[in-house]
Amino acid sequence: MSATVPVRLEVNGRAHQVDVEPRLLLVHLLRDRLGLTGTHVGCDTSNCGACTVHLDGDAVKSCTVLAAQADGCSVTTIEGMADGATLHPLQEAFWKDHGLQCGYCTPGMIMAAADLLARNPDPTEEEVRHGLEGNLCRCTGYHNIVRAVLDAAEGVRTGRIETPAPTAAGREAGEELAEEGLGA
Amino acid sequence: MSATEERVSGNGHVGRRMRRKEDPRLITGRATYVDDMNLLGQLWCAFVRSPEAHAKIVSIDKSGAEARDDVFAVYTGDDLDLASGLPMAWVPPGVEVQTPEHWPLARGEVKHVGDPVAMVVGEDRYAVIDAAEEVLVEYDPLPAVTDPHAALEDGAPLVHESLGTNKIHEWSLGGGDLDAGFAEADVTIERTVVNHRTHGGAIEPRAVLAEDRAGDLTVWSSTQVPHFLRLFLALILNVSEERIRVVAPEVGGGFGSKLQIYGEEVLCAWAARKLARPVKWVETRSESMMAQHHGRDQVATVRIGAKRDGTVTAFHTKIVADMGAYLMLLTPVIPSLGAFVMNGCYKFPAVQTDIVGVFTNKMATDAIRGAGRPEATHMIETCMDQLAAELGLDPLEVRRRNFIPAGEFPYTTALGIVYDSGNYQGTLDKLLEHLDVDAFRREQEELRAKGIHRGIGFSTYTEICGLAPSRVVGPAGVGLQTGLWESAMVRVHITGAVTVYTGTSPHGQGLETSFAQIVADRLGVDPEQVEVLHGDTSTGPQGLGTYGSRSLSVGGEAIARATEKVAAKARAIVAHSLEAAPEDIEVQDGKFIVKGSPDKGMTLAEVAGAAYIPGDQLPPDLEPGLEETAFYDPENFVFPFGAHAAIVDVDVETGKVKVVRYLAVDDCGPAINPMLIDGQLHGGIVHAIGQVLYEQVVYDDTGQLVTGTFVDYALPTAAEVPSFELDRTETPSPTNSLGVKGIGEAGTIGASAAVVNATVDALRPLGVTELQMPLSPMRVWQQIQEAQA
Amino acid sequence: MIPPEFDYVAPESVDDVLAALRDGGEDAKLLAGGHSLLPLMKLRLAAPTLLVSLGKVPGLRGIERENGSWRIGALTRHADLQVRDELGVIATTAATIADQQVRNRGTIGGSLVHGDSASDLPTVLLALEGTVTLRGAGGTREVAAADLFQDYLTTAVQPDEVLTEIRLPSQDGWGGAYEKFTRRAEDWAMVGVLAAVKKGADGSCEDVRIGLTNMGSTPLRATAAEEALRGGGLDVDAIARAAEQAAEGTDPPADLNATSDYKRHLARVLCRRALEKAAAA
Repeated sequence: MSATVPVRLEVNGRAHQVDVEPRLLLVHLLRDRLGLTGTHVGCDTSNCGACTVHLDGDAVKSCTVLAAQADGCSVTTIEGMADGATLHPLQEAFWKDHGLQCGYCTPGMIMAAADLLARNPDPTEEEVRHGLEGNLCRCTGYHNIVRAVLDAAEGVRTGRIETPAPTAAGREAGEELAEEGLGA
Repeated sequence: MSATEERVSGNGHVGRRMRRKEDPRLITGRATYVDDMNLLGQLWCAFVRSPEAHAKIVSIDKSGAEARDDVFAVYTGDDLDLASGLPMAWVPPGVEVQTPEHWPLARGEVKHVGDPVAMVVGEDRYAVIDAAEEVLVEYDPLPAVTDPHAALEDGAPLVHESLGTNKIHEWSLGGGDLDAGFAEADVTIERTVVNHRTHGGAIEPRAVLAEDRAGDLTVWSSTQVPHFLRLFLALILNVSEERIRVVAPEVGGGFGSKLQIYGEEVLCAWAARKLARPVKWVETRSESMMAQHHGRDQVATVRIGAKRDGTVTAFHTKIVADMGAYLMLLTPVIPSLGAFVMNGCYKFPAVQTDIVGVFTNKMATDAIRGAGRPEATHMIETCMDQLAAELGLDPLEVRRRNFIPAGEFPYTTALGIVYDSGNYQGTLDKLLEHLDVDAFRREQEELRAKGIHRGIGFSTYTEICGLAPSRVVGPAGVGLQTGLWESAMVRVHITGAVTVYTGTSPHGQGLETSFAQIVADRLGVDPEQVEVLHGDTSTGPQGLGTYGSRSLSVGGEAIARATEKVAAKARAIVAHSLEAAPEDIEVQDGKFIVKGSPDKGMTLAEVAGAAYIPGDQLPPDLEPGLEETAFYDPENFVFPFGAHAAIVDVDVETGKVKVVRYLAVDDCGPAINPMLIDGQLHGGIVHAIGQVLYEQVVYDDTGQLVTGTFVDYALPTAAEVPSFELDRTETPSPTNSLGVKGIGEAGTIGASAAVVNATVDALRPLGVTELQMPLSPMRVWQQIQEAQA
Repeated sequence: MIPPEFDYVAPESVDDVLAALRDGGEDAKLLAGGHSLLPLMKLRLAAPTLLVSLGKVPGLRGIERENGSWRIGALTRHADLQVRDELGVIATTAATIADQQVRNRGTIGGSLVHGDSASDLPTVLLALEGTVTLRGAGGTREVAAADLFQDYLTTAVQPDEVLTEIRLPSQDGWGGAYEKFTRRAEDWAMVGVLAAVKKGADGSCEDVRIGLTNMGSTPLRATAAEEALRGGGLDVDAIARAAEQAAEGTDPPADLNATSDYKRHLARVLCRRALEKAAAA
């Protein structure tokens, strides 16, 4: 086996130091080593977006990022989005609007949508549809996903919801989940 | 038109747009799919798959892989000691079906790209993939056949030499006098209708985890049919059924692709027993493209005869069905499911479907969303438009003239199938309330003058679902070797909380919510207090899984019946306690009350207390406890129906088609949760749009799979599809007490013809009169060029 | 799938990167965003033994204006380009690449060095007549776009060289448009056409550049169409006539979605559309 490389990264606000095989994909570091199984794998070719997480604030496909490349970075996963018992506005909207069925694409879809709203807090339907072109869903036909993202955006804009970014408490919640995992 | 309105009925929960009980775990990343589970001591496995479409296996050199420290075992077909191969469950009386042996690992020959040849078991996810590359297989290629028509010709390479033919079977279903029908016709048209090969496309790939503890086998699998899987594991592994537990935990979509008994499931279980270690396998997407069963792949010659006024006199379809290299669980019966509804919504007096199944060197086909009915509907509904064009009539008028009138249900079709209920004119009328066709035609003209080619297309469908009355489809009927009833157990806990066990196995349908709504109304509790458990053969009674739009009309009815038994006992207890007659007890506002005296009543918790802590309140002739089981075998299928309209824009310079508007009015009986119905339709319609415009499994002439990843197999994204305008009518089914029909496949069944008809409508001024799926830009452009030449 | 095994280093200077490449030999590969290389490795179509990451090298990411041209660091991501309106067609083209997650990782340097003729940024560099800066053990050299792309997935960048910077002429005075034809929004271009038009005071075509994506083994210029338009009018007819020559001299390979003929047809249609938009910009 190739020599391992040390990786320091922050996941949902918690610092980790791990030694990894160079080829370890970020998604497998998160899932198999840190126990954060909310991030899924649906393809081999960066098409489906089920593995979407935030890397230093930007949505990326964690199946196409080496864990080693995340050295020094901050990662947010679906487990870090809720503020304790308070759901993130996108989570709330996906629930209310039936924006999910089997749920497999949902974490990636929510993470991609959060990036979209950070770039464009007031998107049109067309912009939402294009903004989610990197995420595949087979169940919903996208109708209710698009609705949920528009609803979450409106909630944030009208002040009904404060911010679509993860909160400190969300980070803490993520920390707890990470601790429940296999650890580093 | 906005989304369908909320309709509250019953005790308030049925009919409600209730948000899903499943969702909190799914939106927070806390759900448990198979790959989210790991067991101590767990090994991983990977499969060596054939790169050849057809070849003799000359030799397999396992030594390189076996020499690795991180590899525990490498198995080939010769190593397996299985009692039988993989199952095919259809034995139609009086019809010979050529059924080849199908082993989880190839023996001697490989028959398609992706056919598993060896299994490598080792220490971790990555190592087994490396090790699989070190298994060296020498192949002696044989000629491959990929075109089903070529496969039927004399001298074609044989997929299974021992069978002596590539023809699997011939099967016909007909009724009425076909010859007289065509003789009576003023006009007869004949068309080829292609339903090309597609992939299920569930975003969660398959995954299996198997563990054996001293002879007790547990298998977690991403499956739609845990009970079937347990049964076949018992038979194939020769293990007594009660020692096997199969769990379908969270399942990330199925669409039919997980209605299967896959070799990988058998092999993980077999290896876990052999090695006495848990064994896990997670499919890669590249594997899923080549080794999950595919769907469709039927080429039909459709002949339709009609009077000049559009009245159809005969409808005859000859289907050549490319079934790939092996017969899997339901492979050969899929086209027959379409044949059952070849009458469509119409009073066709004579209908016949002749099916020929053919082996080719491709992955097997089997059920994918709709399973036979989308194909049939596509044949019927594109040909109704063709007929209208031939006769110079309005395509909707031709449909109206042939509709079965609402007053004639239950209606026995020419095929002898009894449609339970319907109002086809009603759904079409309602659709047209939302769509001004005359205004559209004016707009179409104006746009055409600006170079924009917009078209409108319709499809009206009825389908057959609610699988299924066992007497009709079982061994004594159509020949499936199973019953197709469903079961339910309703357990009221001492606190009045309720646990419901269903034999269905939902994987996205939202049944934990809709089933809870059904139970809540009948027991006077909040649906939040009703937990629905599913997908575990160790809990609850026997069950048969989720497919064929059966879960609500069969599984839900079983739940309603079990709940009714619980409610009857509850009424007896309440009547006894309150000194009233049981028939005077009813559920109102969360209580069992005495009719007319709403202040006199007991909550379910109080009833449960009386049932579990027997005392004065429990009638002496009643057993303690409050739980009941019901098995429900339907008398008939259910027949949902609807009217769909697609509006498309065609860029005639490039051939690119885009659906710009889509309307549908569907009828699946009274809604339990309208939100879930809409969701099923959205997904179903996009599934069909995907098939029409984007998706196709392509093999080249040598049998190589060209569409091996999600790069080439193009599932539509949000950017490709519009929002949907949906409405409903509610025509109850007399088949079950809920009056419900299925909705999981309806969108897919209804939509493809609407999109194709709309595209033809857009291009008719350019001389295009028919189009075959998939409507890829190049194909559409080529068709335009041909029409213009 | 997962990549085969390899070693990994992440040096903190270009010099150290060059040293690592030299030590790693011919099976060493540079890693930027990884969105060209890692997918190939996951499908086991590429198997370098050493990846040298550029991720820790400072100063390779950024967009600066200098002497009428843009200096763009090799690690500048598509996402960085897509939000800079002043980059004109460079930004609008970057916005069409795959999807946002890919654009958040993929870099301009990585895309150019990979040299996939179905990629969009090579066409930008070629059509806009940009150059790249390559640093190697022997020093630094500038390579013009026309010399960079040599064959399918083959560029003039040597195994021991690092592309550090891209220069693209400013688009002042030019109108530009990129017409990308795909089946789905996130797909690779079936064909793409980039047109940049410089209008004279009288509205005529002072200069024009047309680049073609996925029409050959490298990005191409539609020189015949350019010549037909240059110095003439920019009316609809002139554009249509020029666009008819967009596929002249090309022999695009057929693929799953398109025959050569269809690709050539698309090139003509997209060229006309791109020119019309560029002329109107």
